[in-house]
Amino acid sequence: MVGGVVTGPPVHAAEDAVAAEVPPGSRVSLTVNGVRRTVTIDNRTSLLDLLREHFGLTGSKKGCNAGACGACTVLVDGRRVNSCLTLAVRLEGAEVTTIEGLAKGDRLHPLQQAFIDQDAFQCGFCTPGQIVSGVGCIQEGHTGSAEEIREWMSGNLCRCGCYVKIERAVEQAAGRK
Amino acid sequence: MHPFTYTKAADMREALSAGRRGGRYIAGGTTLVDLMRETVERPGSLVDISTLPLREVTVTERGGLRIGALVSMAEAGAHPKVRALYPVICEALELSASAQLRNMATIGGNIMQRTRCTYFRDVTAACNKRDPGSGCAALQGYNRNHAILGTSDSCVATHPSDLAVALAALDSTVRLLGPDGERTLPLVDFLLKPGSTPNREQALRKGELITAVEIPALPRPLKSGYLKVRDRQSYEFALTSAAVALHVRGGVIREAKVAAGGVGTVPWKLPTVERHLIGERPSHRLWAEAAEHAADGAHPLTHNGFKAELLKRTVERRLRTVGGTA
Ligand SMILES: Cc1cc2nc3c(=O)[nH]c(=O)nc-3n(C[C@H](O)[C@H](O)[C@H](O)COP(=O)(O)OP(=O)(O)OC[C@H]3O[C@@H](n4cnc5c(N)ncnc54)[C@H](O)[C@@H]3O)c2cc1C
Ligand code: SF4
Ligand code: FES
Ligand code: FES
Repeated sequence: MVGGVVTGPPVHAAEDAVAAEVPPGSRVSLTVNGVRRTVTIDNRTSLLDLLREHFGLTGSKKGCNAGACGACTVLVDGRRVNSCLTLAVRLEGAEVTTIEGLAKGDRLHPLQQAFIDQDAFQCGFCTPGQIVSGVGCIQEGHTGSAEEIREWMSGNLCRCGCYVKIERAVEQAAGRK
Repeated sequence: MHPFTYTKAADMREALSAGRRGGRYIAGGTTLVDLMRETVERPGSLVDISTLPLREVTVTERGGLRIGALVSMAEAGAHPKVRALYPVICEALELSASAQLRNMATIGGNIMQRTRCTYFRDVTAACNKRDPGSGCAALQGYNRNHAILGTSDSCVATHPSDLAVALAALDSTVRLLGPDGERTLPLVDFLLKPGSTPNREQALRKGELITAVEIPALPRPLKSGYLKVRDRQSYEFALTSAAVALHVRGGVIREAKVAAGGVGTVPWKLPTVERHLIGERPSHRLWAEAAEHAADGAHPLTHNGFKAELLKRTVERRLRTVGGTA
């Protein structure tokens, strides 16, 4: 205790009360961008919050926190998912790739470069999710036409309305341009 | 979100015994986690079933198809057997949610998903489904997205699944495994209309697990397709939708399967439309005449009267493209 006069119930009693109500947590080990991490977390922690609040990886964004915008898109075991709807405790042994894990040193991922080449963002808030989702889209092979890209990228909203250029960037990275 | 304990079930027995003790199953989590965050759902313990062996797509002895409950929407939609035998299912899946959500979400979870009624999701609103006896804010509220078929004084919320509409059209069944053993129910009996107990949505007993959905064999050749009409082109729930499957031989329709989505409190089968088609020859006129019955018995609310007409046109258009007289 540093200074101050304690009024009300003793501090220890308050701490005990809190301790008694510690919400259930779990230990989980997962690999994020190639780095193995082990943490003990409140079971309620989403993968998005784990990345942003615990690991300082703030590239993945929280738009809606409800699966409805795609700003939080990451790859789990190679597949694109919404990290806001993913409970981190479920990810024992999983491999997670975020926007921070795409570049190789100073060499941008081809889709990151394509977003710059095509001028595919304005405010940039949706961009990390768009790029990770685009990586998934290209891997899945849904880049056969502009129309197909638009449909299979529809899980990522852009409030600035950069859709036309986002589609072109995915096209470029898929090797169609 | 309320606190909860978490366990991952190692096998079916472990899952069932945790389920019997009141544990809540979590598959893809895309409905459950969302609603837990809104405190609409408050399970005290989660049982992760994602590693159970329910991930197979198999052709049944009778020539139908069995899709394991934990097959993801993405896997099911891309599966060569599903694509070859029942395009209507692939189309319904690929027009659902987003690529990210379809990677997470499962077939079992999809038919279990809860309504998107905004009052249901708002814990400050009256809602008989969430809080039995509290009333229904949608009746006097903004009900443009609500149901016109199968409604009651207690609840007018739609069942939002696209997949379930395709499965209902094809007379699919749901396989269940519980503490008392296995049973199979037609999907249309598994999903319950609200009546006076809108909080009861499925005929699922405590601790019971969906293990698979089964689509019966249908006479071949079978043409099928799904049409979904919505406020935006993608990543949106249906205002109306139609699942259609037709078996035409010798220029005559021998078998017709039709169901509608976005309009019912459950996936809505259209037997009257089917009866109008069977035994007839495909023609523009036939599609229009049959589709005229799509909204029979509808009870529109203040803001969703447009759905009756939109549904007829949706059914007609899908009949026309599937029937090949486009
Ligand atoms: C933004 C958004 C848009 C969407 N758009 C669409 C759309 O256009 N069309 C559409 O059809 N859907 C749509 N969805 C809904 C989505 O398809 C469902 O959330 C998903 O299919 C649920 O599956 P899940 O595996 O994630 O279920 P979970 O969230 O894991 O579970 C849902 C419920 O089912 C129970 N459950 C799960 N598996 C089993 C089982 N095997 N046995 C017994 N109980 C089980 C759980 O206990 C829970 O109550 C959308 C969702 C979001 C968030
Ligand atoms: S329509 Fe059903 S889910 Fe919506 S507020 Fe009324 S009772 Fe609740
Ligand atoms: S923050 Fe996850 S989808 Fe919007
Ligand atoms: S660039 Fe601003 S939201 Fe997409």
